[in-house]
Amino acid sequence: MSLVAPLLQVHAVTKTFAATPVLHGVSFEVAAGEIVCLLGPSGCGKTTLLRIVAGLEQADTGELHLGGQDLTAIPVHQRGFGFMFQDFALFPHRNVADNVAFGLRMAGTDKAAIQRRVAEMLALVGLSGYERRRVQELSGGQQQRVALARSLAPQPRLLLLDEPLGSLDRTLREELLDDLRAILKQAGITALYVTHDQQEAFAVADRVIVMNAGRIEQMGTPAAVYGQPASVFVARFLGMSNLLAGRVTAVSPQVQVATVLGVLHSAQAASSLQRGDAVQVLIRPDAARPAACTPDTPNCLATRLISASFRGSRLKAMLAVGDIPLTFELVGIEAARLPAPGAALTVLLAAEGVALLQAIT
Amino acid sequence: MAKSPGRAALAALPLLFLLLFYFYPLLSILGLSFAPAGRPDFSGLAALIARPYLLRVLWFTTWQAAASTALTLLLGLPAAYIYAHYDFPAKRLLRGLTTIPFVMPTVVVAAAFVTLLGPEGVINRALMRTLNLAAPPLDVLYSVGIILLAHVFYNTTVVMRIVGGFWANLDPRLEEAAAVLGASRLRRLTEVTLPLLAPSLIAAALLVFLFCFTSFGVILLLGGPRFSTVEVEIYRQAVNFFNLPLAALLSLLQLLLTFTLMAVYTRLQARAALPLNLRPQALALRRPAGWRSWAAVAGINTLLGVFLLAPLLALAVRSLTLGDHGLTLRYYTALRQNPTQSLFFAPPAEAIVNSIGFALAAVALALLLGLPAAYLLLARTPQGQPTRLARWLDPILLLPLGTSAVTLGFGYIIALDQPPLNLRTSLALIPIAYTLLALPFVVRSILPALRSLNPRLRESAALLGASPARVWREVDLPIIGRAVLTAAVFAFTISLGEFGATLLLAQPRTPTMSVIIYRGLGQPGLLNYGQALAMSTILMLVCLVGLLLIERLRTGEAEEF
Repeated sequence: MSLVAPLLQVHAVTKTFAATPVLHGVSFEVAAGEIVCLLGPSGCGKTTLLRIVAGLEQADTGELHLGGQDLTAIPVHQRGFGFMFQDFALFPHRNVADNVAFGLRMAGTDKAAIQRRVAEMLALVGLSGYERRRVQELSGGQQQRVALARSLAPQPRLLLLDEPLGSLDRTLREELLDDLRAILKQAGITALYVTHDQQEAFAVADRVIVMNAGRIEQMGTPAAVYGQPASVFVARFLGMSNLLAGRVTAVSPQVQVATVLGVLHSAQAASSLQRGDAVQVLIRPDAARPAACTPDTPNCLATRLISASFRGSRLKAMLAVGDIPLTFELVGIEAARLPAPGAALTVLLAAEGVALLQAIT
Repeated sequence: MAKSPGRAALAALPLLFLLLFYFYPLLSILGLSFAPAGRPDFSGLAALIARPYLLRVLWFTTWQAAASTALTLLLGLPAAYIYAHYDFPAKRLLRGLTTIPFVMPTVVVAAAFVTLLGPEGVINRALMRTLNLAAPPLDVLYSVGIILLAHVFYNTTVVMRIVGGFWANLDPRLEEAAAVLGASRLRRLTEVTLPLLAPSLIAAALLVFLFCFTSFGVILLLGGPRFSTVEVEIYRQAVNFFNLPLAALLSLLQLLLTFTLMAVYTRLQARAALPLNLRPQALALRRPAGWRSWAAVAGINTLLGVFLLAPLLALAVRSLTLGDHGLTLRYYTALRQNPTQSLFFAPPAEAIVNSIGFALAAVALALLLGLPAAYLLLARTPQGQPTRLARWLDPILLLPLGTSAVTLGFGYIIALDQPPLNLRTSLALIPIAYTLLALPFVVRSILPALRSLNPRLRESAALLGASPARVWREVDLPIIGRAVLTAAVFAFTISLGEFGATLLLAQPRTPTMSVIIYRGLGQPGLLNYGQALAMSTILMLVCLVGLLLIERLRTGEAEEF
């Protein structure tokens, strides 16, 4: 996080729809120029939170401040934010240029300035020359770019994006993801970005806020969240399924933890851990590699290969120790050396890939 | 569609019918207009244009239609908004109730308004009783006011259905996007909502205008002799003054005007169908929040309920309580007696039998012609384009919708009265006219179902082991069956309530229910009046049952008008 005062402050926001609580006192801050992702499964309240920030919904309780100014009494059209909808919500009765110009016209900008700004924005998103096109004629990716240009044109103080790549197909999404971050950074914009896709969040965000059932589970940089999930929920949501109950048996020189798989060594800093602590042990999917190790080697597991499936640059391997299933992603050359399903396979776990999660939830 | 003699005959059937019973009579009108004595003669036209009479009729026709349309929008638009945006208790039932006026025959509506607002009407009687007045204080019968009121009564549901249906499907995110971009409530309305709504708004307004422009029964029965639209004037000139050339000229004028309106309407319909990223309605619906929106919902529904149901309720109640006998069935039993003992008048109850007979014949004929027509409309070339025949047939099949019933009836009188087609005294003319008027509705009801018959469904059924006959029975029939039944009910109710053409074509000895009601309302005496009310109530109930059946059979959200 930056040292300057945060641009957006969200404090203890709650919201209930028809007696169903959707947000339970959510608080976070966004610094100027920062791209923050709200990441979580559908129904976790992230879109509602975004709509509250935009002013499209009212919070039941809680406060919103932008640059120190209280937003509560400011109606949506006076907040000066940008908003990108999942299916873009381009005005079907206006062409590309008129869509991009809409916010500028509302602000009373003069015609020449509007024209300049529209051209500038379309150049930014790579759609110069598309001014007179009807929006229905555009492809999904082009519509997405027009929507981005439209929300950026009035130079919003804050850009809100609601699953902006959600309705595009996979390859297009990959391609636009890099462009999107580059464009946002180039425009120097502060953005709050909602998605349920961790890859998307990691690729675009400076900071990720993981939400679950109307509460914030974890905040941090993508690397921090991925490297040290704060809870079982976050670990599972990020696709990490190798979770075991354990008890800390040593904290120095290296943290060791007893599990059904035996004692495992972890590279994690001991910090607040103490001997005897009950923990959840996470073995990251990329922690294992096939190796001819013996059971007395630390972190050596004698497993049975259940199945393996080819995923391009990596190989997904389902292993089992006794009846405990483990899922790993094997990279590179090891993949080719796998035995037939059903055969024995010894793997060595990197200590960096063994993480201890404090909370047992 | 494969070419085979059977199919060709099937295709020829609806075309031949239209040629004989639509284009031929209309051409005869043209002939009578410009060549009344067999050679070209434009003096009639010149005389007509020279007289202020034509301008007067045209002016009244136009302004009453415009005023009716404006008033209808005034009530219909708020109602459309409420029904498109809010979810409230008993909404389905209430929406169903608002549809009732639209399916009511004009004679029933006229009778209902007389019962409610006439000098002997419910409101006048109540006012006289409570205020101790000697004379009825409310004198609205035979005024423009009651005509406009009846037109609003009729068409509010048209606005609600067309505009409301479109509005409900409008993506709420478009308004939200405009809001975030800095548009105030008013600018969101003018910059986004209204432009997007415009095609449906104009289409609804045009349709209402068209209905009011060609209004016949309401003007004739509620307006009295002082008011005349083009439609009424055609009837008067043809029947009262026997001035056939003038009636023909007026019919021609009416045809030109209605076709112009229809053409504009169809164009707008096509434009309204542009891809707008429409959303399922449930997304936009929300419960009213706060007392303002609840008050709006309650207010609109009360207004609609009172305005749309009071006349019909008054009709039903008065048919049972007219005179000073308390609750009585005497007007219903009187329907079975011959009131005038005249040679020409059969007991009114026979009119019920006549009406049902005509209507059933029309249903059979309309389905016989409508089904092949619908299949023809969906025929595609190997490239997936509509065939040339289909493209031609589509607007032609819609034409009767824009043709006034009186004009059609008049055309039959002058065209089909000599060999080789002398049907003037034949009872067949009435069901034929009904068939023509019902045909657009029949085709439009069947089309969506046929279109939804995804060829993959047939393929799946075949792959799962169904023989061709079995495929038709298990897939085609269940899907089209409901639509065909809906079409049949539509045709039946339209035929049963038809008034304009019937009045011109019905024989004195075989009157229909609508003719009996017209006579009853026009003749003096409590018994005649009571019988008209009783007959109207019966007709109303039959149409109500028809409406319920249609609503029951309806599938999906979309409707085609």
